[in-house]
Amino acid sequence: MKDRLKNLDLITAFLWLLRAAIILVVAWGTFKTLLSNPYTSRNWLDFIIFGIAQGSMYALIAIGYTLVYGVLKMINFAHGEFFMSGIFTATSALAIPLAASGFMDQHPLLSLLAIGLLSMLISVGIALLTERIAYRPLRHAPRLMPLITAIGASFFWQYYFRGLFGSQVRPFPTVAALQGSIPFLNTTVLKTHVLVVVVTVLALVALNFFITKTRAGMAIRSVSENKDVAALMGINVDRAISMTFATGATMAGLAGLLYALVYGQVHFFMGFIPGIKAFTAAVLGGIGNIPGAAVGGLLLGLFESVGPSLFLQGLGIPAFNQLKDVIAFTMLVLVLIFRPQGIMGERLAEKKA
Amino acid sequence: MDNLTSSGWRQALLQGFVAGLITVSASTIGMVELFGTRYFLAGLFTMGQLLLFAPPAVLAFSLAGKIKSQGISIVTVKAAAIGAISGAMLALLVWANQTFPLRTVLINLSPKLMGLLTFDRSLAEGALILIGVSVATAVFGALLQFVPRLYRQALLSAIITTLGVGLLAPLLFERIRNFFGQSVAQLVFTSSALQVVPAIIIFAASAALFYFRGKAALNSKPKAEQKLNPRQKMLRQIPLAIFLLILPMLLGSYLTEITNNVGIFLLMGLGLNIVVGLAGLLDLGYVAFFAIGAYTMAVLTSTGPLGVAQMSFWAALPICVAVSALAGVLLGTPVLRMRGDYLAIVTLGFGEIIRILALSDLLKPFIGGAQGILQIPKPSIAGITLISPEQLYYVILGGALLAAFISNRLRESRVGRTWIAMREDEDVAEAMGINLVRTKLLAFAIGAGFSGLAGAIFSPKLTSIFPHSFNLLISINILSLIIVGGLGSIPGTIVGALVLVGLPELLREFAEFRWLMYGLLLVVMMLNRPEGFIPSDVIRRELHSGDEHRAEV
Amino acid sequence: MPIILKATDIKKTFGGLVAVNGLSIEIPRNSISAVIGPNGAGKTTFFNCITGFYKVDSGEVLFDGEYIQNRRTDQISRIGISRTYQNIRLFNSTTAIENVLVGLEPRLETSVLDSVLRTRRFHEEEKSSVEEARGLLEFVGLKGLGDQLSSNLSYGAQRRLEIARALASKPKLLLLDEPTAGMNPNETAEMTRFILDLRDKLGITILLIEHDMRVVMGISDQITVLDYGSKIAEGGPKDIQNDVRVIEAYLGRGAASGLKDAKAN
Repeated sequence: MKDRLKNLDLITAFLWLLRAAIILVVAWGTFKTLLSNPYTSRNWLDFIIFGIAQGSMYALIAIGYTLVYGVLKMINFAHGEFFMSGIFTATSALAIPLAASGFMDQHPLLSLLAIGLLSMLISVGIALLTERIAYRPLRHAPRLMPLITAIGASFFWQYYFRGLFGSQVRPFPTVAALQGSIPFLNTTVLKTHVLVVVVTVLALVALNFFITKTRAGMAIRSVSENKDVAALMGINVDRAISMTFATGATMAGLAGLLYALVYGQVHFFMGFIPGIKAFTAAVLGGIGNIPGAAVGGLLLGLFESVGPSLFLQGLGIPAFNQLKDVIAFTMLVLVLIFRPQGIMGERLAEKKA
Repeated sequence: MDNLTSSGWRQALLQGFVAGLITVSASTIGMVELFGTRYFLAGLFTMGQLLLFAPPAVLAFSLAGKIKSQGISIVTVKAAAIGAISGAMLALLVWANQTFPLRTVLINLSPKLMGLLTFDRSLAEGALILIGVSVATAVFGALLQFVPRLYRQALLSAIITTLGVGLLAPLLFERIRNFFGQSVAQLVFTSSALQVVPAIIIFAASAALFYFRGKAALNSKPKAEQKLNPRQKMLRQIPLAIFLLILPMLLGSYLTEITNNVGIFLLMGLGLNIVVGLAGLLDLGYVAFFAIGAYTMAVLTSTGPLGVAQMSFWAALPICVAVSALAGVLLGTPVLRMRGDYLAIVTLGFGEIIRILALSDLLKPFIGGAQGILQIPKPSIAGITLISPEQLYYVILGGALLAAFISNRLRESRVGRTWIAMREDEDVAEAMGINLVRTKLLAFAIGAGFSGLAGAIFSPKLTSIFPHSFNLLISINILSLIIVGGLGSIPGTIVGALVLVGLPELLREFAEFRWLMYGLLLVVMMLNRPEGFIPSDVIRRELHSGDEHRAEV
Repeated sequence: MPIILKATDIKKTFGGLVAVNGLSIEIPRNSISAVIGPNGAGKTTFFNCITGFYKVDSGEVLFDGEYIQNRRTDQISRIGISRTYQNIRLFNSTTAIENVLVGLEPRLETSVLDSVLRTRRFHEEEKSSVEEARGLLEFVGLKGLGDQLSSNLSYGAQRRLEIARALASKPKLLLLDEPTAGMNPNETAEMTRFILDLRDKLGITILLIEHDMRVVMGISDQITVLDYGSKIAEGGPKDIQNDVRVIEAYLGRGAASGLKDAKAN
């Protein structure tokens, strides 16, 4: 024991100190907030509901990160742009004309379906194009190269779509049928939030079916287990990888629609922050793990919506809501430092991460 | 053989389609129209037209290189097909825009663009010209492959030189006017483009020059590299030193200001080059140290309400560097056990956290939030305040030289060896007795120190700083410039900074597409030239040995 | 004979998989010892535990009078354990001599400041290290190949270079992980002689993992046989060759009993 203590290296000690400090700060802030109790239980419930809706979107986007990481062991930095490209196009080219012509108000469901489909289609198209041109040739290159390419692709697509549809924020038309809220427990829930949660659940169920029950899904899974063995078993690895990107982009395209419904606007830079947050969600849940991505998304959404009021306020931070994004980034940093395998990830072989 | 040619045709059609996609995209996102305002050749040829006709020419050139053996006639026909498809797709775009109200969605499909694409004629006539020129350039590109190598290289170099002179025409015009007077300048340039006759002369002269240089290089036998003693080495540096010293006088205020920006980025590039290029630690939050250096300088020297010490620039400078280096160690410590892509994302997270904190009300009492810190005094030497860009140039030059010197010395010593060993194989390096903690932290600290130095100079240069100057794009910019120059290579970093910082500053009117080009450049470099334009020996070797490996297997 | 390395009851598990299970082993100073066993027996894991690449779950490793089970890899290397790898791991983008120079690294003393200022100390040290590295290259038979890229060397030369790099830190104990893997009989014989030289000329204790039984039986003073992470036999070449448990481990139970029957008959 004494020997162990003697050899306890500085870095480990530093990391433990960091851990303790963060837990202390969060606990202290929470304690102070709860003491002064500025919110009613209804407020808290509202925070939680918003967190779940927000988290659902993160979960859908996170699927793409996790699937691609599972198959290629690469962080697809451009995934946020797949998300942006779909809904930015669908809003500019379809939603706004539909709303202007009045078709949207007459057939809201049909319109939303069409917009969602276009969004997914464009996302998938951009994803496949990016994979084919920018990622595939680098599949056996050192690991940093595809990451750098992905960063490049991300910036390229951002400014490409900016060129196509302009740099200004485009409002997503309001859908009359989705205005207002419905009562729930002792509060009310926005209809859009209900829709977000329902659509996410349906999408996750469909995804689960696709991954576990269809041939394509099984090909994806076997390629993510072991590319060489999968190839030996007659699986077209290239196609399976394309399928992986397409699946992730489908979810991202759908998340785009939900984002537009909740926030009511789209723009070319909208993919960046949700992208990083969804990546955080994927890591939080254990990257490579599909249910993990869903759980991670939900958790991150909750943290973000509850966190500022729960502990930042208690710390007496002025305008604490400015620091909402800091919570997400801090979680990203902390998870990667302290538990890179995530909460649901299997323990990776030592020193692998 | 049949099979080969048919697949050759498919390839030609595909290349044509790709060329069309590129030109149509460039038109749709507004590049062609914007670039169309800038003439290479006065009244004749714009940068927009280069965008329209270079892609088929380049693709035809590269395809022709692969299928040269099929003979000149087949290659010509295929190149023509590439040009025709590309031109036809553009014509289709014009037609579609005339038939459907595309502009309500795609905002850049302006009447002006349509005019550019059809050469201000009717659709049918315009389409014919478009396809015709496109075919001609593609065929020209393909036929270049059949020109003997020496002539081809001279021709290509001459084309690039002439285009380069055309591109920089406004600047050259201004400089020449300054030194030799309006009339001399107007002989060569209009105020914004190259005149036709001088262009031909420049083309011919550079073609001849490159031809004879190529020929001379071919004839002379490769000389064994002679060892120079230190004194000879020093002597060789003298012209360069003189050039650097008188540079501001040659450039004038505006260009010196741009050079100063290049210098600041060069400083950061040299630092990141140590972290990423040598030690192999991909840091995407590198801008944080720039910010820390800049804010430290601001807080220490500002004469405004947020200044705490009103120190002089020179007294504060070492403190800024030390604080940044310390920050490098502090932010580096938690990520010591992290590798590759995870490290990249965590550092990106750090960078964003610091930016948001700088913007927030939390730190506003100290660093001013979004309003930033104002009234940062300029440095002064012996009672002279360095106000003009020409004066500040020397401060930046000093910083950059110091950083380059230190980088170079470290690289060529045991420190550099351990960094490279660590980059190559961390586990083995550790098993060979290398202390990874020390080695990594040293890289982080020196990298951060350089960046902090850049920030400390940046602050008084602008006299006021705001959090918006320190966003992720800066990190990406620096990463791009060291990758384009060549990871691990100091000359590469210099060239990267000149091209990726200097050029965009000179072409400010195209700023809208700066990041698009950066993104594209990163992808293209990784795919085609991952070692960069001026690779360090080490990286070039690494990539080439990989090739040989693959070839063996 | 004095003991240089003594591992006591070390255990290492990965998730549910027990890779090394309560292994105790003693390596006499100045000996050539071998660890053998079927694939997956935990031999390389055992190496990784000694060199600190893995932290052992329990047990102690005593090296030259110091407990090292909680030390970092680089500290262990500095006190005298060096190694090579089963699948050669050189710094591929650098030259042969640069590889060896990295091996010398822990013994160098100049500081970063010396490197920047190019002090006299720096020049002296650099000169002597290069000389020493050249000497090592010559010793392993790579004279004149110092400026070659390590990845361009032949397979056998790469193995030797890896050993030269390991020797640069002046180890007391050298761990060789399958030094003759992938070699033809000639190269193998040469490598065998070379390993004997290492011990006899440089006085380094050798611990090796090897599959080629002729090599093992030919040069080892002591052989330890692992199976499923446990020691199943230990002794000189003669003892091991006749050990029933070893034959069982390698060939399966049936074969062992068959052999026994054959012997009985």
